[in-house]
Amino acid sequence: MKKWTRRAFIGAGVLASGAVIIGIAIRPGNRTSKVSGLVAEEGETLMNIWLKISPDNTVTAIIPHAEMGQGVHTTLAMMLADEMDADWSKVKFMEAPADKEYANYILAKGFIAGDANSPKFLEETIDGVFLTAVKSMNFQITGGSASVRFTGQQGMRIAGAAAKAMLLQAASETWKVPVEELKAQNSTISHAASNRTATFAELAPAAAKVKAPKHPRLKTQDEFTIMGTSKPRWDIPAKVTGAAKFGLDVMVPGMKYATIKSAPVFGAKVKSVDTSIPSNSSGVLKILNLENAVAVIAEGFWQAKTTLDTLPIEFESTENDGKSQEDIFNEYRQAMDKDLAEGNLDKHFKSGDAMAELSKAETLIEAEYQLPFLAHFTMEPMNCTAWVHDGQCEIWCGSQNPLGVKAAAAEVLDIKPDQVTVHNQLLGGGFGRRSETDVIKQAVLIAKEVDYPVKLIWSREEDTQHDVYREAMVSRMKAGLDQSGNPIAYSHQFIFKHHPAEAADVPYAIPNQLIQYSSPASHVPWGNWRSVDHSVHGFLTESFIDELAFAANQDPFTYRKTLSKNNPRFQKVLDLAYEKSNWGSALPPNWGRGIAIAQSFGSIVAEVAEVEVTMEGKVKVHRVVCVADAGFAVHPDGFIAQMESGIIYGLAAAMTGEITIKNGAVAQSNFHDYPVTRMNEAPKIETHIINSGNPPGGAGEPSTPVIAPAVTNAIFNATGIRIRQLPIAKTDLRVSIRQTT
Amino acid sequence: MINLTINGKNYPVEAPPGMPLLWVIREQCELTGTKYGCGIAQCGACTVHVDGQPIRSCITPASSVEGKNITTIEGLAPNENTLHIVQRAWIDEQTPQCGYCQSGQIMSAVALLTENPSPSDEEIEQAMSGNICRCGMYGRIKSAIKRASEALQNSSTTNPMIP
Repeated sequence: MKKWTRRAFIGAGVLASGAVIIGIAIRPGNRTSKVSGLVAEEGETLMNIWLKISPDNTVTAIIPHAEMGQGVHTTLAMMLADEMDADWSKVKFMEAPADKEYANYILAKGFIAGDANSPKFLEETIDGVFLTAVKSMNFQITGGSASVRFTGQQGMRIAGAAAKAMLLQAASETWKVPVEELKAQNSTISHAASNRTATFAELAPAAAKVKAPKHPRLKTQDEFTIMGTSKPRWDIPAKVTGAAKFGLDVMVPGMKYATIKSAPVFGAKVKSVDTSIPSNSSGVLKILNLENAVAVIAEGFWQAKTTLDTLPIEFESTENDGKSQEDIFNEYRQAMDKDLAEGNLDKHFKSGDAMAELSKAETLIEAEYQLPFLAHFTMEPMNCTAWVHDGQCEIWCGSQNPLGVKAAAAEVLDIKPDQVTVHNQLLGGGFGRRSETDVIKQAVLIAKEVDYPVKLIWSREEDTQHDVYREAMVSRMKAGLDQSGNPIAYSHQFIFKHHPAEAADVPYAIPNQLIQYSSPASHVPWGNWRSVDHSVHGFLTESFIDELAFAANQDPFTYRKTLSKNNPRFQKVLDLAYEKSNWGSALPPNWGRGIAIAQSFGSIVAEVAEVEVTMEGKVKVHRVVCVADAGFAVHPDGFIAQMESGIIYGLAAAMTGEITIKNGAVAQSNFHDYPVTRMNEAPKIETHIINSGNPPGGAGEPSTPVIAPAVTNAIFNATGIRIRQLPIAKTDLRVSIRQTT
Repeated sequence: MINLTINGKNYPVEAPPGMPLLWVIREQCELTGTKYGCGIAQCGACTVHVDGQPIRSCITPASSVEGKNITTIEGLAPNENTLHIVQRAWIDEQTPQCGYCQSGQIMSAVALLTENPSPSDEEIEQAMSGNICRCGMYGRIKSAIKRASEALQNSSTTNPMIP
């Protein structure tokens, strides 16, 4: 099975068959007979694929998303329970099995439609052609800040509302009373006139036979009783007692441990390794040459790792062996020059005639920016437990992509996906890294060589050096200002475009724009990194607009607000950020204030950073005011927690995050040389949510893109030094340097 | 074969010379609440108490703590139905996100509050900066420590750290 990417998915021709899609509508209910065996137990009634009712009147939401701390199980169950008028104390969840019947067609629709509203032909009903396509792509991803936006809005809510309608209908038929006289409340249906009440459970068997409504009525925001509240998250209690089970914590009887060392240079192969067990090793069971990596199986991780560390392994040389980070940036710049000279740039966006207007502009601003590779550094290092037995394969791991895991294991073993069982666990951090299946494939390759279960654990060093990385990149920006300082032309040449497609858009009113990109070859593997291309373009766009404001001699807040005149949601977010940050108020000496704003994943987030740059050049971010137009925050505290998290994650990257390539391989290895933000470096974060009445926006990613520019703009405000290369630690900010700049 | 005392219970374990306590606790004692994060005492996910002092179990040889009292996250609560005052505060502040680092965070926080029941912000930062949280929940961890600290002040038991 082909590896999943959003672009590949869109390119697969699904959209092209849109005309066929419209006519063939299949209700989710029609699939219940197939799926009930997967999720329902004796006596339970499956109302539709996302919802079952137990004899004790428990409503269970079946959630097709992985828990990595975003509270998705709680939040999505809230959406279902609210529409159903269920008693929240009697609501539970189960994670949907990694089965193709649970392929998440709603999410796939969302990704195809992008952040715009779904095209009409994708809306409301579920169609067979589309579902088949989604199943074939093994689409059950947790990512893209999409769970609430797509699965919640178009799945859980409709599932809850449809189940309620079916229960009401069943009560109406049983009691021979008009459905309009019935009321659903606290997991019961009651008829006041005849003083009759029945629980959901009592009505469920009859209700399941009722035809599911095609368009159940959904509540309006003022009718919500559960959505919009901050219910305690279900995943938290086990996380304070040590009882929570992550992939790394899985214990399978008879299990052994393995660790692995891949060729340091990406793409290299093992030239030679002695796979006989060294006489001085203890507890080692097997040494495996996996062609591009060497693995050791032992009684414990420590025994495996100490043996692996001392094994003499030779790797084949590759054309990239001598490559340095500087070489890579040089190659990027050469590719940009060449594509520009030869007219080979890919177009991202064009309006008016930017090049002509630039040449006529009163003031021309030019800047080149550079960003480093970034690793994910999830707290839980990569791991996977696999057991190949009786023609089957069992997998235990924490994955953002359990159906992808299933397909990957099946591919390695050349068996059918149905012969693979995935036991998904809690994720010790995802950030995009756990949507990959590289470690799964390795675990299966190892496990197929033995007849016992094996838990493969990557060392932190392996995790650092064999991640999939946010791209390093170079960007060249130009803008022309008129006499009043307004930008009339803008050109941007960058490298690498992944997704979301709109990330490089400029949110400001600039009439003439030319945005283009190159895609040079790179031997460093790329992967989704929290907020993906927005993590790049948030920094570029919001740094450069700050440069324009300075060139125009205007306040950075006012400049943005004026240029957002066509975007009232942006302006409201900016205004609240202004107010809550006391924009313009005096700061201590050597302090600065910076602002940045971006829309991503359906939410608009502005951040104002207050930063101190000491005489010795040390940067301390004291305070971050975060204002988010969330559309509607389904779980406000969860939304706030996600904003806080995205800010610290982005701040760590901005301050010190940098993977560099040396001799073709990653130079860093652990937290000592890839420092991340610690508590003593963390700013005070104040988050303010705007419920603007729009559909819910994403939460997991939208606060990340703006923190870097908010901080670097604040540094400029404090020092007059414009940071055009990340991480910030690369720039010497000592006061003696500042005075000579 | 060495004998370890973990959460008041005796564990006879096989630990080759140099084998860190972390792997013995996780793989042989099957107490998986203590986490592996870096293996070089940089992240704090493996923090446990030895005779009440917080240590990084990923670099502490198991053989060096024989005969000492080791406490892991599983041994913090006084019994199955009662949480430790710090664990309670962690829930009240809805502190964890992914939760992977939280065992180590809580063990460091308990050690801090045992030593200093009402720490200042700076003292909290000083004590907790060895524990990395990639979900960035530092603000909530700080709030939870303050909440636990207040609960300690209001506690009437003679040893409030064991509620």
